[in-house]
Parts: sequence; structure tokens; C-alpha cells
Amino acid sequence: MSEALSRAADYLPVLMEGVWVTIAVTVLSLLVSTVLGLFWAILGWTKVRAFQMISRTFITVIRGIPIIVQLFYIYFVMPDIGINLTAFQAGVIGMGIAYSAYQAENFRAGIEAIDRGQIEAAQSIGMSDNLIMRRVILPQAFRIALPPYGNTMIMMLKDSSLVSTITVAELTRQGQLIASSTFDNMTVFTLVALMYLVMALPLTYLARQLEKRYKNA
Amino acid sequence: MIEVRDIHKSYGPVEVIRGISFDVEPGEVVCIIGPSGSGKSTILRCLNGLETYQKGEIRIDGQRVDPEDKSIKAIRQRVSMVFQRFNLFPHRTAIENVMEGPVYVKGMSRAEAREMAAGYLKKVGLEDKMESYPGNLSGGQQQRVAIARALAMQPEAILFDEPTSALDPELVGDVLSVMRQVAEEGMTMVVVTHEMGFAREVADRVLFLEGGVIVEQGSAEEVLRNPQEPRTQSFLKRVLNPLI
Ligand SMILES: Nc1ncnc2c1ncn2[C@@H]1O[C@H](COP(=O)(O)OP(=O)(O)OP(=O)(O)O)[C@@H](O)[C@H]1O
Ligand SMILES: [Mg+2]
Repeated sequence: MSEALSRAADYLPVLMEGVWVTIAVTVLSLLVSTVLGLFWAILGWTKVRAFQMISRTFITVIRGIPIIVQLFYIYFVMPDIGINLTAFQAGVIGMGIAYSAYQAENFRAGIEAIDRGQIEAAQSIGMSDNLIMRRVILPQAFRIALPPYGNTMIMMLKDSSLVSTITVAELTRQGQLIASSTFDNMTVFTLVALMYLVMALPLTYLARQLEKRYKNA
Repeated sequence: MIEVRDIHKSYGPVEVIRGISFDVEPGEVVCIIGPSGSGKSTILRCLNGLETYQKGEIRIDGQRVDPEDKSIKAIRQRVSMVFQRFNLFPHRTAIENVMEGPVYVKGMSRAEAREMAAGYLKKVGLEDKMESYPGNLSGGQQQRVAIARALAMQPEAILFDEPTSALDPELVGDVLSVMRQVAEEGMTMVVVTHEMGFAREVADRVLFLEGGVIVEQGSAEEVLRNPQEPRTQSFLKRVLNPLI
């Protein structure tokens, strides 16, 4: 037992490097997916048919393709058309785009949950569509979308392990590397699992708080 | 100041407004009465472009009301609306609700708008509720905030769509007395209402709508006390003596 512990201590520094990369991938792709998701949701909300079509088509396509395949596409196919990305960049962009479809659905649900009377009241004091979006719809939609957003963060943290398949040296990949050179699968993957769990715990707590706070608001 | 000329509107194959014309002069209070489904809300909503219409013309101070045109925003600043279900912004306090239009639509400074909004809230009797959220106000209080919000746009006219119908009976009086006060100060008002007492007392003119047309119109005295049309008579008999 103490032997396993001392081996674990040996692996820890390398795994910690992976932890930072995991956090970086998660945070950055969360940002990308939020901004993009909001964009798709607003595009779908406009009265312009063409915009609605673009938004709907994008979401349908993205949701229909496995995230791993999307990552492969960005990392391995894009160079063929002259777009060279580092594995890290491809990972962040790929995860960001993949998750933007789910974020968009979440924001769309939030926007649609807003009473029609709210928009009419805003119109009746002369607000432009732009102002209505910014001052009336989005602030209320955010409250509705926040609890599911907390869950999305947890899913993204876990799914960030997918970028290991395109050689990004995050936690899962570091674990694989150590395990394949030491054959100490038990210690390595127990540690990896625990480290994900520790990262997920504060997010789970946050998600619960958000749910409690905004559920009956 | 408001001219309505031969408006027609259909939802799909059903024509719900079938040729309505009337005028509202500055400072006039016009009440629209009529049975449910007669088109009262629809015609009112046409006046500030919340509803499109297929035929006819509406003008506010000579300017055409076209819901599809950019000009509609300017028109809406001049013609405010008070809704049956208040439609206050739930994420903003009472005073923020009232400030919203002056600050974000008219570009007034926050300090100036706050002072003005406080004045209007005081006028509707809510100086002690300025920092409350709509969710913590009674229906009657919410509707008075909504009236303050409409007033704060300093409009030339205010449209009311059954402003007391969603209220508990004991809260109706407060809202009506605020409306009476606004009318006395010379505001042009078009009020869809089932409150015959209010109409009789405050309205300069009453329109009786049924089936998407104006069946009868005239002074409150004429239409409410001495209706000529059989349909107006039977409607009034029903609303004034609901138990018989
Ligand atoms: N969005 C809509 N789609 C289809 N029909 C509608 C719509 N809105 C209203 N109508 C119909 O138009 C007619 C007039 O409706 P309107 O709301 O103007 O009546 P109202 O006189 O205000 O009635 P109430 O006293 O019940 O408020 C009704 O027959 C109604 O069913
Ligand atoms: Mg109505």
C-alpha cells in the first residue's frame, strides 16, 4: 500500500501538468461555446428566415456528429485546406463548436420561455429589437438558462478528456502515457479519476446553488 | 390626433375587424366597450403597431402607423400602452421599470430619469414601493407602476387594454382613480374596459364594438344611458345586471 502511495507521488507532478491543461481546455472551450451558442440562439430568434435556417442547420449538423469526429476533422482535415492549428487550439475550437450547439438550445429555451407580453411592453415604450434583446430578453433568459448551464460546465469538464485523442497533453492523455510506460494502470487511473472528481465537485456544488437560487425566480 | 380609417384585419380566413373608423381628439377620453371576442384588444393594439392590419389606415398626428416601418418606434414613444396583465419587467424594481424608457429609449441621464420616475411613482401613490420588485407587489400596485411607466414616456396618448380585469375587486378602485386623475390632467386616452361606472364618469365618448364593427358610438350619456341599437341595449343589460 505504501508502495502504491509512493508511486502515486511520483506520477503526481506529471498528472498535475495535465490537470492545468484540462482546466485550460475546459474554461476556454466554455467561453467559445457560450459566445457561439448565444450567437446561434439570437440568430434563430431574429425574424430573418435565412438567419433562422443557418442557425437551425448548424445546430442539427453539429448535434448529429460525434465530438471525437469533429475534433479529428478540425485537427487532421483542416491542414489540407491550409488551416494549421496546434492540438491545443484545435481542441478548444472543436470542443467550443461542438458544445455551442447544446448551449444554443439551452439559451433558445430560455429566450422562448419569456412571456410575449414582455416583448410587447418593451415595444410599447419604443424599444428597438436590439434594446429588447439586451435589456429585456437576455437578462431574463440568463436566469432561466443558468441552472442547466451549471450542468453543461460539468459535462464539458469531463468531455474535455476527448481532446486526448488529438494528442493534447491534458489529464487523461498524461495518464495514458504514464500507464503505458509503467503498466501501473490501477494507480494511474485511480488517480486520474480522483482528480476529475475533485475538479467536478465545486462545479456540482455551483450547479446546485444556481438551481436553488433561480428555480422559482 | 388619432385617425382610424376603415381598418380591416383577419387571422387567417377569419375577419375579426371589419371596417372600423373613428377619431380621437387631443385630450379626449374614449372608452371602447363590447362583448368578449368583439375585437376591442385587436383594434387598440393596431393603434401602436403591436398588430398589423390588412386594409385601411391609422394616423397619429398625421403620421401613418405602419408596424413594419422604422417609424413605428417613434410613434410608440408618443403612444404608450398599459396592458391587462401589467407586463412589468420582473427583473427590475418599480423605479427601474419606470426609468427604462426615458434612459434607454430617450437617452435621458439616469439621475434625471430617476428623479422623474420617482415623481410619477409618487403620483400613482407608490412612493414607498420604489425599490420593490414586481413580484412583491399586488396586482393593483403593479398596474399603477405600469401606468407610471407609460406616463414617464411623456406620451401624447395612452392606450389601456382592460387595465383592471386581472385585478381582485378590492384593488380596482385604486387603479381607476389614478386613471381618472390622468384623464383630468388632459391626457388623451383610449380605454378598453368593462367598468361601466368609469366609462360613464370619465369618457368623453364611448364606442360599442361587436363582431369587429362599431355598432354604436356617442357620448357616454348617449351610449350608456340611452342606447339606440338593440345590440347595445342587450349588451348593457347583461353587464349592468349580471345576475338577472
Ligand atoms: N393571435 C390570434 N390568432 C387568431 N385569432 C385571434 C388572435 N387574437 C385574437 N383572435 C381572435 O380575434 C377576435 C378578436 O379578439 P380580441 O382579443 O380583439 O377580442 P376582445 O374584444 O379584446 O375580447 P376580450 O374582451 O375577451 O378581451 C377573437 O375572435 C379572437 O379569437
Ligand atoms: Mg381583449
